[in-house]
Amino acid sequence: MNERDFALQQNVSKIERDHGRFRQIVRGRIKKDLRKYMTRGELIGKKGKDLVSIPLPQIELPRFRFGKNQGGVGAGEGEVGDPLGGQEQEGEGKGEAGERPGEHVLEVDLTLEELAKILGEELELPNILPKGRRTVLAEKERYTSIRRQGPESLRHFKRTYVRALRRQIAMGMYDPKNPRIIPIKEDKRFKSWKVTFVPESNAVIFYMMDVSGSMGDEQKELVRTTAFWIDTWLRSQYRTIESRYITHDAAAREVDQETFYRTRESGGTAISTAYRLCANVIEKLYSPLDWNIYCFHFSDGDNLLSDNEHCFRILKEELLPNVNLFCYGQVRSLYGSGEFKRKLDDAMEADNLITADIRSKEEIYDAIKVFLGKGK
Amino acid sequence: MNLTPELDDLKEEIKAHAMDCGLDFFDVVFEMCTYDQINQIAALGGFPTRYPHWKFGMEYERLSKSYQWGLAKIYEMVINNDPCYAYLMISNPLVDQKLVIAHVYAHSDFFKNNCFFAHTSRKAIDEMANHGARIRSYSERHGHERVEAFLDCCLSIENLIDIHSTGIRRQDPVKGQTRFLEEPDEELEKVQRIRSKDYMDRFVNPTEFLEAKKQELEDARKKKKRIPAEPEHDVLHFLIEYAPLEPWQRDVLAIVREEAYYFAPQWMTKIMNEGWATYWHSRMMTEHLCTDHEIVDFADHHSGTVAQPPGQINPYKVGVELFRDIEERWNKGRHGPAWEDCDDYKKRRDWDTKAMEGRAKIFEVRKFHNDVTFIDAFLTPEFCEEHRLYGYAFNPKTGQYEITSRDFDDIKRQLLGNLTNGGQPFIYVQDANYKNRGELYLRHRFEGVELKTDHARDTLRNLNVIWSRPVHLETFVGGKGKLLSFDGNEHKESEIAVEAEEHAALA
Repeated sequence: MNERDFALQQNVSKIERDHGRFRQIVRGRIKKDLRKYMTRGELIGKKGKDLVSIPLPQIELPRFRFGKNQGGVGAGEGEVGDPLGGQEQEGEGKGEAGERPGEHVLEVDLTLEELAKILGEELELPNILPKGRRTVLAEKERYTSIRRQGPESLRHFKRTYVRALRRQIAMGMYDPKNPRIIPIKEDKRFKSWKVTFVPESNAVIFYMMDVSGSMGDEQKELVRTTAFWIDTWLRSQYRTIESRYITHDAAAREVDQETFYRTRESGGTAISTAYRLCANVIEKLYSPLDWNIYCFHFSDGDNLLSDNEHCFRILKEELLPNVNLFCYGQVRSLYGSGEFKRKLDDAMEADNLITADIRSKEEIYDAIKVFLGKGK
Repeated sequence: MNLTPELDDLKEEIKAHAMDCGLDFFDVVFEMCTYDQINQIAALGGFPTRYPHWKFGMEYERLSKSYQWGLAKIYEMVINNDPCYAYLMISNPLVDQKLVIAHVYAHSDFFKNNCFFAHTSRKAIDEMANHGARIRSYSERHGHERVEAFLDCCLSIENLIDIHSTGIRRQDPVKGQTRFLEEPDEELEKVQRIRSKDYMDRFVNPTEFLEAKKQELEDARKKKKRIPAEPEHDVLHFLIEYAPLEPWQRDVLAIVREEAYYFAPQWMTKIMNEGWATYWHSRMMTEHLCTDHEIVDFADHHSGTVAQPPGQINPYKVGVELFRDIEERWNKGRHGPAWEDCDDYKKRRDWDTKAMEGRAKIFEVRKFHNDVTFIDAFLTPEFCEEHRLYGYAFNPKTGQYEITSRDFDDIKRQLLGNLTNGGQPFIYVQDANYKNRGELYLRHRFEGVELKTDHARDTLRNLNVIWSRPVHLETFVGGKGKLLSFDGNEHKESEIAVEAEEHAALA
């Protein structure tokens, strides 16, 4: 590496720092006063047939600059009075600029990983330390090796090329003035796989929800939103994750995701039935030795009074010792007494039991922070 | 990375062609870069070492995303320095590299010879690195947040320079003297009366005349006392001299100003500079460099370079076509009074004096002109017609930009208006002791286009950080003369009478 290359290398970390700082400003982590100058720009790109919109936030420092009625000069066909079509763009750099926005513009939004990362940064969530034993071995095929035989579709271009070049040089056939490299069969190299075993931490999430008559659409919306963010975060922390859904009124049943959010039952509430079912499923399928287990229970806090003791007992004896985290989120409803959280807080205290009130959408933010803030 | 041996040979060959063409350039050091390296360097304005600032990160994100999605690609970058530094994209095909190398030599020639670049430092690479080191050391001493916040303020006014003042020899700042000290009053100058006989006196020296003279002297005295004596266009220079700043702040502001002056000629000559480089690369490529099988690739690339997206003019295109037009006109003697006065269509069409002064003329033009004078002197009605130029403006009724004119005078006026002062409003320091309270009074010389008001207010806020006393801006809002003020806590807006003739609207 000569001196100039070294300068270029250093420059890499430099731009990363500037870029990191810019990203932080965009996310509103620092220098919040600059965010008001942020424009939600976009680039219009192409992906196959579709036009896609690539979000490009830019911050424009305030300046004495001209307003909109400035006008300019262009070139091309058109009569006086014809609209130009599209906004004026800054003509900078050469090469072809992007296509004009057409009918079907898709948003290239954040990927879920990026979203989780932002969530983690915003809420200052600690990364989860999975429970000790990573006993489950997953079989993974990785294309890391090379063979002399294989299908053309797996031909390793560079290796093949290098072999051919070597052969031609060795045979004195290579002419630097006219470098034509023609691989023959013996030169060809193909990608091949190796099977490896990777220990993995597995996780399962139990979502439990009260679907008794007092839980309305608004409450379910709160639950759904909270669950989405929890899911996003946990999925960023574990390679494989399973979700199980349990609904309950006076009795509990396991359902699929769709039903979980849609059903509306009526009748009384016995929370212990859900806890019972959850404990049973864990016992049958998810050995706490191999699994990281998360339970989230949402209800409006209305429970059959005589059922409370039963709930606490199942929690204490069967659930809490086995799960990473048990979270109870209480949403507010018109009918609910909202007593369960208070009772639960009074009755027990455990490191992995967390309760939170979610009275409105704004409080989801805090609830998630409380739920996941411990890094369990 | 250095050039490969093949490219190095090619470079020598192209350099020889460039010299044969009469180009006179700084030597050029070429570097091969990956797309990411070139994006990074471009984000930093071409200099691998700049001061740390988030705006470079922002630019990097824009360039990276554009590249990743295949929307734009930087083929080449060249730095005004002696020797010039040029960065070539490592993945460019050979024909592109040829084109770019030829292009770069023409840029280097332009940097060296165009008179508007004469003031720029030819050791810019070192100086930028030096600026970076100074700002980093201030960051360490005074905290990164604080220095960055101040830099943001300075960058928010970096356009308030006087790009035509580079020839002015400024007085060295007076050391250790407070500049606001008033100088002792000189002997009051008396109005000179013309000698006359008593009975003629009231005719020879009418009272009104004496009064007017007296007023004039009074004004001149006032003006002398005022700071600045004349409205100051280089606002940054004025602030460096007079604003109550800590030494590090003064230095940061000076760095921003210095870099603004360094980059100014590049946007003052964008059309010419790119036109010149395009003119020469296309000549060298077609006359010497392209092999038979490369010509189609060259044509493809070249057409991309000079393509005009609808609603925009491409400086590469307009520049190269104007240079070609000038060359042809001076070759055929199509200029001067005889040509101007001739309105015989047939005669004009066949006009050819065989003067063959075209080549000499374009070299002269590249030496003495900037974009404003270039367009002013050489844009012709025929050119506008041939290249289908039009003027456009925003129509608030439809919410769209619309074509407003195809008339030569309108187009020329619009284009010159956009280019004048680099497309920036004219802002002057009018009075540094406004209301006798040390408040800063700026004036926007209104020429028909109003400022973006929200931006203007926030810029005043930043100016207040630098000036630390209330700041005012005289401008036009909604067709009325307004004084925008910021006193450190709140914004105010008051109507003021502005003499109409001073603010004669362009439109």
